[in-house]
Amino acid sequence: MSEQNNPTENSLGRLVLSSSPHQNSNDDVKKIMRGVVLALLPAVVFSVYYFGLRSMLVIMTAIAACLVTEFLLKKLRNKKINEGSAVVTGLLLAMTLPPSIHLGYVVLGSVFAIGIGKEIFGGLGNNIFNPALLGRAFLQASFPVKMTTWTPTKLMVLDAKTFATPLGGFKFGENIIHNFSDYWNGLIMGNIGGCIGETSAAAIALGGFYLIVKRWSDWRIPVSYLLSVFVLGGIFWLINPAQYPDPVFHLFSGGLMLGAFFMATDMVTSPETKLGSWIFGIGCGFFLVLIRLFGGLPEGVMYSILLMNAITPLINRFTQPTVFGEVVK
Amino acid sequence: MAKTKTSLLAEFTKGLWQENPVLSMLLGLCPTLAVTSSAINGLSMGLAVIFTLVMSSALISLTRNLIPKEVRIPVFIIIIATFVTITDRSMAAYVPDLHKALGAFIPLIVVNCIILGRQEAFASKNNVGRSIIDALGMGIGFTMTLTVLGSIREILGSGMLFGAQVMPDAFAPWLVMILPPGAFITLGLLIGTANWINAKKG
Repeated sequence: MSEQNNPTENSLGRLVLSSSPHQNSNDDVKKIMRGVVLALLPAVVFSVYYFGLRSMLVIMTAIAACLVTEFLLKKLRNKKINEGSAVVTGLLLAMTLPPSIHLGYVVLGSVFAIGIGKEIFGGLGNNIFNPALLGRAFLQASFPVKMTTWTPTKLMVLDAKTFATPLGGFKFGENIIHNFSDYWNGLIMGNIGGCIGETSAAAIALGGFYLIVKRWSDWRIPVSYLLSVFVLGGIFWLINPAQYPDPVFHLFSGGLMLGAFFMATDMVTSPETKLGSWIFGIGCGFFLVLIRLFGGLPEGVMYSILLMNAITPLINRFTQPTVFGEVVK
Repeated sequence: MAKTKTSLLAEFTKGLWQENPVLSMLLGLCPTLAVTSSAINGLSMGLAVIFTLVMSSALISLTRNLIPKEVRIPVFIIIIATFVTITDRSMAAYVPDLHKALGAFIPLIVVNCIILGRQEAFASKNNVGRSIIDALGMGIGFTMTLTVLGSIREILGSGMLFGAQVMPDAFAPWLVMILPPGAFITLGLLIGTANWINAKKG
């Protein structure tokens, strides 16, 4: 949350008057974006390992399409392209797509993510919704079948061309997660059907911790998001274990890890205040469990975060801390 | 409203672009967003509005000196509702499929802001000739916008235009365009484009 730190140039012998914040930092948007890309690398490596070079091709296409779109739109408005945020948007978008997706859709989703998701609001910092998720939402609404056709990983010995995801399996009555080995190899290590970058919870968490340690993402959001999913999912599981999945399954399946560590923590579209971050994370968790258990779709990470993005300005307004010395009536 | 008389031509053309009811005044957005999933729906909605608007503008302009100021809105609504009912029943009789596709939005023309707005702002203050010209311009502006909006959504959302295939077979329709989000996105981009053109003209 340090993007608005503007280092004040201080020349000797001159008194500098400036408004807060007075804290200086060497972080800038470029540096943070590079950090996010670095943090996503483990997940990228795992995806190539599981889904082959095809996933690399999808990632490269998305990044290239995002960069070109951003360049053209900035050119149209006579602004220069100065941050690496398009790279992050493209990478994150690619991580949420199925490995077998047609590259044309990847380009379309990227153009939408950058064009409608970001530039139309005035560029990075002004967008309401997470651009990558908006691009994915557009593709999901446009091509519902193509966006939910999953391929098995390279390590699976299967003849099948398509494969159910753990969540899809649960929703539509053919559970594919049975024992500890399924949990470990499938959900945590990622040898399972799913989107390019979402299958390996371990790889994503590794990158997520890096961002948190570097203080480039607010730890409160992933913690409150995951915790609320665990608790709420656990309550339903305790009520009826036969009908509802257990909370550990909730945590490690689908796109929750990717969403909690990389999408919900987006600086632009998440609340600024500490209390706000807690509310944001808990709200995401609430909507996620609601959609997973009672909605028509197997997975709800995307919509849960987009919904909370929409009320982020409201959260910001109602969680403003009182100014030091102000009398609370 | 200034007293200076504008030419009849200007009275007609203002509804097409500068004061276009949808793109400039953002009126009548409910049918604009709801029925434009195809070009033919947009066009027929527009034609229904033209008929209602022209007829009620003419009648209200004729009776403008008879209507007491205090109850003018109820009187306007009754007159408009009469013509909407004529439109609604005629469409149900002659084009039942179209009537079904437009559904509740035909009766809802009664509360279309464009129509009441034109009566309040124009027909109740001007003579019959000018009121009809004004109503025609506004109605045609509305119809053009809805047809363009419907065409864009139909081409991208189902690969067709007026029911005829226009996109190659390899094109996969963007389902979202014929769903409600597609209406909002397309309308937003259309309004943005109109503003951009106006800004360029200066």
